[in-house]
Amino acid sequence: MAMELRLPVVRKPLSESLGRDTKKHLVVPGDTITTDTGFMRGHGTYMGEEKLIASVAGSVERVNKLICVKALKTRYNGEVGDIVVGRITERRRSAEDELAMRGFLQEGDLISAEVQAVFSDGAVSLHTRSLKYGKLGQGVLVQVSPSLVKRQKTHFHDLPCGASVILGNNGFIWIYPTPEHKEEDAGGFIANLEPVSLTDREVISRLRNCIVSLVTQRMMLYDTSILYCYEASLPHQIKDILKPEIMEEIVMETRQRLLEQEG
Amino acid sequence: MAGLELLSDQGYRVDGRRAGELRKIQARMGVFAQADGSAYIEQGNTKALAVVYGPHEIRGSRARALPDRALVNCQYSSATFSTGERKRRPHGDRKSCEMGLQLRQTFEAAILTQLHPRSQIDIYVQVLQADGGTYAACVNAATLAVLDAGIPMRDFVCACSAGFVDSTALADLSHVEEAAGGPQLALALLPASGQIALLEMDARLHEDHLEQVLEAAARAARDVHALLDRVVRQHVREASILLGD
Repeated sequence: MAMELRLPVVRKPLSESLGRDTKKHLVVPGDTITTDTGFMRGHGTYMGEEKLIASVAGSVERVNKLICVKALKTRYNGEVGDIVVGRITERRRSAEDELAMRGFLQEGDLISAEVQAVFSDGAVSLHTRSLKYGKLGQGVLVQVSPSLVKRQKTHFHDLPCGASVILGNNGFIWIYPTPEHKEEDAGGFIANLEPVSLTDREVISRLRNCIVSLVTQRMMLYDTSILYCYEASLPHQIKDILKPEIMEEIVMETRQRLLEQEG
Repeated sequence: MAGLELLSDQGYRVDGRRAGELRKIQARMGVFAQADGSAYIEQGNTKALAVVYGPHEIRGSRARALPDRALVNCQYSSATFSTGERKRRPHGDRKSCEMGLQLRQTFEAAILTQLHPRSQIDIYVQVLQADGGTYAACVNAATLAVLDAGIPMRDFVCACSAGFVDSTALADLSHVEEAAGGPQLALALLPASGQIALLEMDARLHEDHLEQVLEAAARAARDVHALLDRVVRQHVREASILLGD
């Protein structure tokens, strides 16, 4: 059996190869952002002795009179209208709940849902009141940092390469084979358990590795970036995509294509 | 009894440092992808790893939840290979519990717990190699890990140990200096405001000398802060460049 061995190598920091610097105002906790008291304070800041002080390490964002500090990596904070993907661990036990929902969604099911409301302590309440939400069948789940999922109009994408993807705002990404035809009547409560073909499975594996490489290089995830990365990875074998040098090469190509597309 | 000379006539310590000099510090953030925040620090030969999970729902009994703030849970563990002799340390032993409690007190003072009511923040610290100043290394590693997790803090928490030999205050004690049996002070400081998060002392020290030792520890903690500040800024800058504007 052929084995591959790698020796540890000091890698150059990625930002050097990009050759550019950031224009953002970066702060660390304890830094004074401003002594002007006319500003409203947002997330990531606190008031101390007439000064606005940063409480997280990140970049300062100013919108008119509101100053907040956006941390590099945060836990997911729910907002109304977000799409989330997750597994049911526990449910409320009430009488009508028992009668109606237990037949459809049980503990341990993987579902997609939308945030309906956010409570004051940060807890969110979810609903699956549309046919596009509900139980998820066969596919692959990738967990990434929530800060890397770009906010877009829609988070359900059918990629032209032959698979579909749900980009949950909470950082859970679901990759699944595109359904043959939309099952309008069943809604989201019947899981499709038919065997998935080999070509579909290869596309899904490749997409999963591409997403992992984008996340390792700290690129924002959205349908275009994932698609470009997929296309850039086609010359390589699926298992080679996770090797550091190939990862860098693919993501660099993706970055260039995205820049060309914008410019 | 001829003992080890902790401070020579020319003012050099056992490892060649000056009285107020720190050991070489190297630190890295984000070493574990699966944790919310992680950091690794080396202070001379003392190596510590810190991992942070949270804020998340209270695990275990819901009754422990505080209605207005987050619960900070710290656990300290020391690897069996961390000291000169391999020693198995069971998890619930006295030293680990005491360290865990001290770390919890330190971080409850610095983390803005009011922003996350009814939740829990877990900080796990492990010492991989112990060569003196383990509490300080744990605090410094945990600070970086909490910053890496994006949990809001009042300020950095920088810690350093100090001792007193021959009317001179020594900063950042190594194991040899700690084992000599003199007074040892551990100080955790919030540098921007100069507030003390935790101050602990072992053995006896005359109160006339307290201020001198405290001053040496505070100065050393500020030096540590300058270093950690540089590490964090570099890390943030690199991530910011990669994310793009």
